[in-house]
Amino acid sequence: MAVKKFITGNFYDEAVLFPAVTKVRRAGYKIHDVYTPFPIHGLDKAMGLRDTGLHTAGFIYGITGTCTALGFITWALTLDWAINFGGKPFFSLPAWIPITFELTVLFASVGMVMTFCYLCQLAPFVKKDHFNARSTDDTFVMALECTDKTNEQEVIGFLNNLGAKDVEVQYRETEWWLGRYDKDTKRFERKVEPVH
Amino acid sequence: MTTIREKFIVPKRYNTVAFVLMALGIIAIIVLYIYTHSAKGPTDYLQRRDARFWASLLQNSVYFLLVTNAAMFFFCATTLAWAGFQMSFRRVTEAISACVPVIGIITTVVLLSVCFSSNHTIYHWTDSQHVAEDPVLNHKSGFLSKPFFTIWTIITYLGWSFLGWKMRRLSRSLDDNPLNLEGRKKYMWNNTVWAALFIVFFALTVMSCTPWLWLMSIDAHWYSTMYSWYTFASTFVAGLALISLFVVFLKNNGYLELVNQEHLHDLGKFMFAFSIFWGYLWFSQYMLIWYSNQPEETTYFINRIGNRVVKSPYQGLYWLMFCLNFLAPLLIFMTKGSKRNYTTITFMSLLILFCHWLDFFQMVFAGPMKDPNTGLTHVPMILADFGVALGFVGLIMYVTARTLSRYSLVTRNHPLIKESVIHHT
Repeated sequence: MAVKKFITGNFYDEAVLFPAVTKVRRAGYKIHDVYTPFPIHGLDKAMGLRDTGLHTAGFIYGITGTCTALGFITWALTLDWAINFGGKPFFSLPAWIPITFELTVLFASVGMVMTFCYLCQLAPFVKKDHFNARSTDDTFVMALECTDKTNEQEVIGFLNNLGAKDVEVQYRETEWWLGRYDKDTKRFERKVEPVH
Repeated sequence: MTTIREKFIVPKRYNTVAFVLMALGIIAIIVLYIYTHSAKGPTDYLQRRDARFWASLLQNSVYFLLVTNAAMFFFCATTLAWAGFQMSFRRVTEAISACVPVIGIITTVVLLSVCFSSNHTIYHWTDSQHVAEDPVLNHKSGFLSKPFFTIWTIITYLGWSFLGWKMRRLSRSLDDNPLNLEGRKKYMWNNTVWAALFIVFFALTVMSCTPWLWLMSIDAHWYSTMYSWYTFASTFVAGLALISLFVVFLKNNGYLELVNQEHLHDLGKFMFAFSIFWGYLWFSQYMLIWYSNQPEETTYFINRIGNRVVKSPYQGLYWLMFCLNFLAPLLIFMTKGSKRNYTTITFMSLLILFCHWLDFFQMVFAGPMKDPNTGLTHVPMILADFGVALGFVGLIMYVTARTLSRYSLVTRNHPLIKESVIHHT
């Protein structure tokens, strides 16, 4: 996996962050991501992120749950092991609705959590790096992705002009990996490999 | 930013449409009256014809009263929660709630006429002779009695009218009166307390006693504690649909500059959620009765959807209403885009308003239309009731627009208005 070069800037205020995002995009730099301690309304739009397919996936999982529940109960209670409950018909739909509902919710929620983890490349014991620990506390960290053609000083100056604090160059692996960034520092001392 | 148009000028054609609809409503009432009272036959047949006329007025007036009152519940509940998003279209909800005293008068008159009428077909618990012989109704006579009905109906009407008037006055008092920080704090406290009072009163009326008295007592032997919640869910969705329609109308005419798709999205989410809530309550009520299968409980559903032995003529209407009220909003409002689209919001609002009207239709009519001799019920000509409904629509259009045009469309000095302007879902 390639190790990439990033330039990160720390923003202290939403009011500074939003215009900065717009200007960075207009200048043509590639925003790798903006790390924030809490969801910021409208940031996805400002960054030009497209919608994920998470909700469509959720709908499909839900439908799968509905079909599984209805299919299984129907098979079990009408074909495989039909039991007379208080004279009710074997196919007694109203009694199955609560279970169908539960299974729909279960499938949709578990499926969506797992899809979300896949889309964000998250898993237990996988360490995700967010460039600056303060992005979990009180500041917004913007990471710009560099290519071998990027003029480092120019980008740093640009970010400083936009109001970013603690602008620095960092090297990071692009994909997720098992291990700890704070312990395994050796891997980032390498020079940047060209990115294709 | 361009200047904000605070003054709503009612378009001429709008008022013409409102008056035409009101005229249609009055014509429908007259035609229905002549039609139901021109027949000849045995007394009980004539009484059922008469009940069919009053049932139409009862259904329409109660439905539209509860729908407009739902707008009041909406702004009181959001005020109580200190919700900011509603401030940009707050005046629309307030204007709709101004219909409550007007329609309330009609409803009170209709309800008391039905209650004190010599014809006991709709409220058969008003027949003292019948109640004396009937142990079930006799047992309920503390609650289902003419004095309690009258007192509670009048208290309900006065309470809604007074609290609505108070809330609207509180909101308007800020218009030319910018407050300082202390004033704002005091205002928020005041506003919250009055909103809370309304919510408590609402819980005692729409969420419990009132639908039991006004609607459930039509099937006096039958009872369901879910019924009031069911009625509330029904009218709240319809009320949200009405708010959305007015918001879209005003947006299309270039007003409500502060409202954008984010607010529309929220209204759509509310309609989506409360349609599901309605379906949930419908199912909770239905499943318990289906499961225990007690004859005195199942009669309600046998009149409406029938069973293997008895077919009900309301069956088609009932399931149509159920699918359109539950499945259609569930599937159509599921995506984000549909809740931010003016066309889908308008279409779904109309659908919801009409289908919950159908819901009320089967709630009111299936009982009194039953012929005691044959035990069969029938669906009366629904077109006449629809005509009456159009009259109420016209009335709501007229009163709402009149209220909107009299006051500023923007609650410009409200402490939470900025929250609404920058609102983002």
